[in-house]
Amino acid sequence: MAIFVNENTKVLVQGLTGGQGRFHGLRNRDYGTQVVAGVTPGKAGQDVEGIPMYDTVESAVAATGATASFIAVPPKAAPTAILEAARAGIGFIVCITEGVPAQDEARVFATLQRDFPKTRLLGPNCPGIISPGKCNIGITAGEIAALPSKTGPNVGIVSRSGTLTYQALYELKQLKIGVSTCVGIGGDPVPGTSFVDCLAEFQSDPETHAIIMIGEIGGSAEEEAAEFIMTHVTKPMSAYIAGVTAPAGKKMGHAGAIVSGGKGTAQGKMDALRSAGVKIGLNPTEACELMAQIVLGL
Amino acid sequence: MDLFEYQGKQYFARYDIAVSAGGVALNVDEAVKQADLAQYPVVIKAQVQVGGRGKAGGIKLANNADEVRLHAKNILGMDIKGHIVKRIWIEHASDIAEEYYASFTLDRSAKRHLLMLSAQGGVEIEQVAVTDPTAIVKLYVNPIEGLSFDNARRAVVDARISEKAIDGVAAMLVKLYECFTKGDCDLAEINPLILKPNGEVHALDAKVTLDDNAAFRHPEWDEYRATEELDEREKLAREKNLQYIGLDGTVGIIANGAGLAMSTLDVVNQVGGQAANFLDIGGGANAELMTSALEVINSDTKVKSIFINIFGGITRGDEVAKGIVEAMKRVKLRAPIVIRLDGTNAKEGREIIANAGIAESQLSSRATMLEAARVAVEIAGKN
Repeated sequence: MAIFVNENTKVLVQGLTGGQGRFHGLRNRDYGTQVVAGVTPGKAGQDVEGIPMYDTVESAVAATGATASFIAVPPKAAPTAILEAARAGIGFIVCITEGVPAQDEARVFATLQRDFPKTRLLGPNCPGIISPGKCNIGITAGEIAALPSKTGPNVGIVSRSGTLTYQALYELKQLKIGVSTCVGIGGDPVPGTSFVDCLAEFQSDPETHAIIMIGEIGGSAEEEAAEFIMTHVTKPMSAYIAGVTAPAGKKMGHAGAIVSGGKGTAQGKMDALRSAGVKIGLNPTEACELMAQIVLGL
Repeated sequence: MDLFEYQGKQYFARYDIAVSAGGVALNVDEAVKQADLAQYPVVIKAQVQVGGRGKAGGIKLANNADEVRLHAKNILGMDIKGHIVKRIWIEHASDIAEEYYASFTLDRSAKRHLLMLSAQGGVEIEQVAVTDPTAIVKLYVNPIEGLSFDNARRAVVDARISEKAIDGVAAMLVKLYECFTKGDCDLAEINPLILKPNGEVHALDAKVTLDDNAAFRHPEWDEYRATEELDEREKLAREKNLQYIGLDGTVGIIANGAGLAMSTLDVVNQVGGQAANFLDIGGGANAELMTSALEVINSDTKVKSIFINIFGGITRGDEVAKGIVEAMKRVKLRAPIVIRLDGTNAKEGREIIANAGIAESQLSSRATMLEAARVAVEIAGKN
């Protein structure tokens, strides 16, 4: 088991002929992911290192039975690409594109909700998802992720930040703790998949025994997660929130990472999570060390 | 990107939102000229991106050219909460019968657009939210349905806005929503939105924040970019395409990834130091990029030590190390570097640094973030 993706997931890459799509798409395949197709208009009949190309997502799905899409196209094209995948019946979409306008994200999210309620979008502007040993979609370097152990305990990771996700994966590997799935939800204002969505999945995944959550300043996603944890999550958790020292009114790199009007502070988020019973580390290393202690007790 | 009031009004005018006739001035003579065009009496308003201008004396009424000269001279160059006034806006003074508040933002948890409307305008809305929360009407708008006149009108009625203003305010809200969505705003706020004695509805102020991600479809934003108030370090960083935010500490920061950069600031703070900046160099960390980053950090005279925090995922540790060594040949640094390299090929990277022939007092590496932060803060304390 794992969440969202596993060894049976068949992935097509929208933008496989572009620089990013090619680089990461091929790396994902090298990792062992079933990358079955690429989609770029006008490239049907060609192939990228043996991966067949199609003009549309619809024709790629018809020919290969792809169930997930990895979108690596420029920001202008991303909203259309997401909706094209949803229309073709893709159930799980990972969009790594950085720089999609917030108004477009809001419209895409609302459209998915109304017309394609069964389709899950991860991102935009996210590092992707990895179920170690089974499937890796996105830009995570697969070798830094520890394989889950058959007997457990294994940890699920959910994070708003890319590099901090890698940091957590790497530290857990050093600590010899297995990972069931690691999900990077991305740092944009309207992420397709939220902390709560992932926590719900981890809670019901028998292969996940504990959860690490990495949040950051801005918005209220961590506070909403805390509320959900209180009532729905029984698995032990540790967390880290980046941006304790970030000044108000300045976007810290991510479009969503901003403290404004006294809201979205790291302190408020840590307090909320702590009162939901989550162990809080003051840096990523500490959060992983806390997880090591949790795992020892399982 | 935050707009000045006058830019916000010009932006509003593109969407047919009624604003006062006026013009911007950089000096006293221009101010008089603009006042003549706008017709007396006029209001002179300091253009700064911070609240509380009125209290600070940055907004004055003038009935003739002499008064314009006097006030313009006083306001230009004024320091309002650390913001120096470089521009003033002169507009025809409006008669005010009533003042309201209206804004659109994206509510991230609801994933909907949010209208906030109040019959109590002209004051800080945060204050109203505390003292009389029922005075603020909130309406969530589905981004794919948009805001109809009827729904806007219902919100106006709910906000208990005067009967004679209802249709005017509702029409204004529809236009403001258009500006917010088509204009790619993160925030479009009018405070106060006024009712004139003659029954007209009018935006007396404008607060607009634009979504930088949408700049590709708004060539008209270029002129706003030109007036953005960045410090010298931020200007240099922008030229070099780096994500940089200037802060006040003494430890220069370079990290790959926004989350890691933020986290680096936190860790420096945790061990008793203060970061001089936030700087995310993103995925690649070649010599070119590292040189640019070090040049920007080096331009900050407060920097006493430099903490480079890199996690190698796709970025490989050995490449990062080579980049740093190469960059140090190109830039003469004012402060020593402490680097923490972890992840893919980190060991090879640390070896490259150790064997680069650079004195350890100038460039050293540590295995963990905390350790490296401690050393960087210690050096900053000594120098």
